[in-house]
Amino acid sequence: MRKVSGWSLIRLYTIMIYIFMFAPIAVVVVLSFNPEQFGSFPMKGFSLKWFFKLAQNQTILIAFKNSIILGFLTAVVSTAFGILASLAFVRYNFPGKNTLNTLLLAPIMIPEVILGVALLLFIRWLQQPKSFALLVIGHVVLTLPYVLLIVQARLGGIKKEYEEAAQSLGANPFQTFKEVTLPLLTPAIMAGMLFSFTISFDDITATLFWATAQNQTVPVKIFGMLRNSISPEINALGTVMIILTIATPLLAGYLSRKFSKGT
Amino acid sequence: MTKEGWKPWALLSPALTAVFLLLVIPVCFVVVYSFWLRSPTGAEIVAFQFGNYAKFFADSFYPAILLRTIRVSLETVAICLVMGYIPAYFFYRSTTRFKALLLLLIMLPFWISFIIRTMSWINILGDTGLINHYLVKSGILSQPLSMLYNEGSVLMGLIQYLLPFMILNIYVSLEGIDKSLLEAARSMGCTEWQAFKEVTLPLSLPGVSAGCLLVFVLTAGTYLPPMILGGPRNEMIANLIFKRVIGTLDWPFGSAISVILLGLLLIIVWTYNRYLGINQIFKSLQGE
Repeated sequence: MRKVSGWSLIRLYTIMIYIFMFAPIAVVVVLSFNPEQFGSFPMKGFSLKWFFKLAQNQTILIAFKNSIILGFLTAVVSTAFGILASLAFVRYNFPGKNTLNTLLLAPIMIPEVILGVALLLFIRWLQQPKSFALLVIGHVVLTLPYVLLIVQARLGGIKKEYEEAAQSLGANPFQTFKEVTLPLLTPAIMAGMLFSFTISFDDITATLFWATAQNQTVPVKIFGMLRNSISPEINALGTVMIILTIATPLLAGYLSRKFSKGT
Repeated sequence: MTKEGWKPWALLSPALTAVFLLLVIPVCFVVVYSFWLRSPTGAEIVAFQFGNYAKFFADSFYPAILLRTIRVSLETVAICLVMGYIPAYFFYRSTTRFKALLLLLIMLPFWISFIIRTMSWINILGDTGLINHYLVKSGILSQPLSMLYNEGSVLMGLIQYLLPFMILNIYVSLEGIDKSLLEAARSMGCTEWQAFKEVTLPLSLPGVSAGCLLVFVLTAGTYLPPMILGGPRNEMIANLIFKRVIGTLDWPFGSAISVILLGLLLIIVWTYNRYLGINQIFKSLQGE
């Protein structure tokens, strides 16, 4: 009997933790449908007007465009670098392997403020202006360690034997890569790109150091809007962001599971 | 192997170049700049002096922010541990078929925009937020309770951000425990509680310590929650760096504060790695 009641307490506790985690997010979504002028309670009906207003706000649309282009470029570069490095770690033994792996993962532990200051200082020393390119290279550094973690965990299935088999059957190196290696790599590439896109799309702290008024991303724009006060428009923007960022990991999770089942 | 010796290096070179050029060298620049001087006109003068560090420790203003950062980080670690261990244990022992879904849900906040999650607490704790709305409406309070812009609201934002890291670290470590050990303990007459205390808890400690380290490090460098949910008296060290570098353009002093923050974290991570090993943390971040 004691065991049952203990377990139900644990379950109740866990449910409450979930409520703690998700209630604030749910409230953002609920309030974004509030037609009232102030983004707060009470609810006075249901309206999509703040979403329409959002769609007409040019600066927010530009910020979305910036964020999407930035996320995509970051994802391409970061995943390319990450896949190559992961292949080195998964398939080869070489001196200093563990140290290098830790070095490449270390940026996860370095505060973003320091990454922000350091890169900006370096760019300034090179006498380069803040630009969109700075955002891209900065986001590559931010996302690369996560890509390495995600991709390495998913590359174990790619054995050299498959390629050797293809080559012994007469495939040239290009054919081997196209017919064997690439199909095996595709799920890891997709997962890496989705993860790095999401991290880049969400990043705020380091981006605040690197962004200018001309190339604001969506989080930087929200940060600026919060200076006034919380408006229903911010809640609507939040709802759009939540939907976007929930769709992405679900897709990534689905792809990686599909891949791990396949091997 | 020797014939292929160059191949891994070729594969690694883009990533290594990126990290060296865009991280290692820039961080070295921060260290160098922290010894420079700033003239009254705002120009920087190449120098090797410890004035910026002396300025930081000259009176109690800056050290107080450093101490507050450490205190808030420790508070966050403690609360995350208390809040996170039980759900992790629930995932470990639960036989529900929704376990995969529940785990996915706990990882979901990682992917929801950090700034949205942070500002969402304004909707909950604000003067016209969820809690005050119901407290006033039900007549319990006549005036809304001021719950925002203090250390408590900053902690709320921090905990919601960091709790998944703690839960996952503990869960990964629990999942690694051989369940037959538990059965052995039970068959030898241990109660459920004794088995937990003598077997499960000690064996989960690597995950607990990894989670604590990760949460501490991430809190100590955090910028957004104190900025959005805190008042001027809740500033942490990252806010100070931002203000000095972007606000007053005092690069040498901003660099020195960055080095102090980095030094604090390095000491902690180095000590941890020496006694416990750092790779546990990366293992849990791989997820799944």
